[in-house]
Amino acid sequence: MNITLQVWRQPGPSSPGGFATYLVEDVSPDMSFLEMLDVLNERLVLQGEEPITFESDCREGICGACGVMINGLPHGPQLGTATCQLHMRKFSDGDTITVEPWRAAAFPVVKDLMVDRSAFDRIIEAGGYISVNTGSTPDANEIPVPKPVADTAFDAAACIGCGACVAACPNGAANLFTAAKVAHLNLLPQGQPERWDRVVAMVDTMEEFFGSCTNHGECEKACPKSISIDFIAMLNHDYVKAKFKNRRLVAQQG
Amino acid sequence: MSRSAEGLQKALSEIPALYEEFKTDVRVLGENESVNQSLERAGRVDDFFQLGMLMCVDALQREESCGAHFREEYQTPEGEALRRDDEFSYVSAWEWTGEEPVLHREPLEFEFVTPTTRSYK
Ligand code: SF4
Ligand code: FES
Repeated sequence: MNITLQVWRQPGPSSPGGFATYLVEDVSPDMSFLEMLDVLNERLVLQGEEPITFESDCREGICGACGVMINGLPHGPQLGTATCQLHMRKFSDGDTITVEPWRAAAFPVVKDLMVDRSAFDRIIEAGGYISVNTGSTPDANEIPVPKPVADTAFDAAACIGCGACVAACPNGAANLFTAAKVAHLNLLPQGQPERWDRVVAMVDTMEEFFGSCTNHGECEKACPKSISIDFIAMLNHDYVKAKFKNRRLVAQQG
Repeated sequence: MSRSAEGLQKALSEIPALYEEFKTDVRVLGENESVNQSLERAGRVDDFFQLGMLMCVDALQREESCGAHFREEYQTPEGEALRRDDEFSYVSAWEWTGEEPVLHREPLEFEFVTPTTRSYK
């Protein structure tokens, strides 16, 4: 396959950027999108041109590092797939593909396709953990967790923190990410003592950095882990409930 | 996987030339002023060269077989790993000097349970 790429190149956070056009020849349909960029980068190095900066780590859809906008869609056209797991067979010979970094005020461009997603870290730091002593590993089934609850917590925990939900959202909101991170802890027994503090702290921190959710639902469609926007409803529900609780008392009761 | 003095010496005689080639021919584009992934990666390859050479030096110096380190010269008649605890019961801590690495031996002392040879028979 021969592919024409229009890639956003931007030397640094405060420098102006623009699209550069590259023809990538002999692309194998079995290559992943990132492998295709690797091939282009190797060629650029040989030509003495600086390679395109993009992030990746696991290349198996679990680390969340690799997201870029492909033809205006976060992680490209295939549903439930991160950029690293998108294959060139999803495109056709002769296609022109536009590649851009996430466009969101909370994720400033570091260089080319690389953005700074540390605003997500601020949300996690606010409450995305369990700090009460949960004791040593319990015997299996000693803490009963109903199957539907365990499944739902697991679905939420599938979030890889990639930022596609923010990039897809016309408001630049991070509600799907925050909802997933809150839900996977708030659903489980170990997460209960800090449940109400957690949701308030994480939502309040989220609002310092990101826009507000107006239920567009673009996030769910862009999410490589197909996290459901039902979690946003759960987030709002927990947030409102937390405001009516005496949280110290509730924590006492476990 | 096994190692022998001959193989390790061969590696130690050939890696420096590759390392030299890397240092003179590597092409690192970009600038100092912004994120430079090429430089990051070149730095990592440089580390791997040094680490690779040190691993050869260490494996050559440890004239016994122990754990994943199987030296062909040190095996029982049945082909099992032959440890030499009388001489090698220490951790090799290699000091980085910029030139030849310097060996510091940190002895392993066993008070209650002494090492024995594992046997699956
Ligand atoms: S919710 Fe989905 S899109 Fe958002 S950060 Fe998590 S995995 Fe990425
Ligand atoms: S590189 Fe880890 S999710 Fe794509």
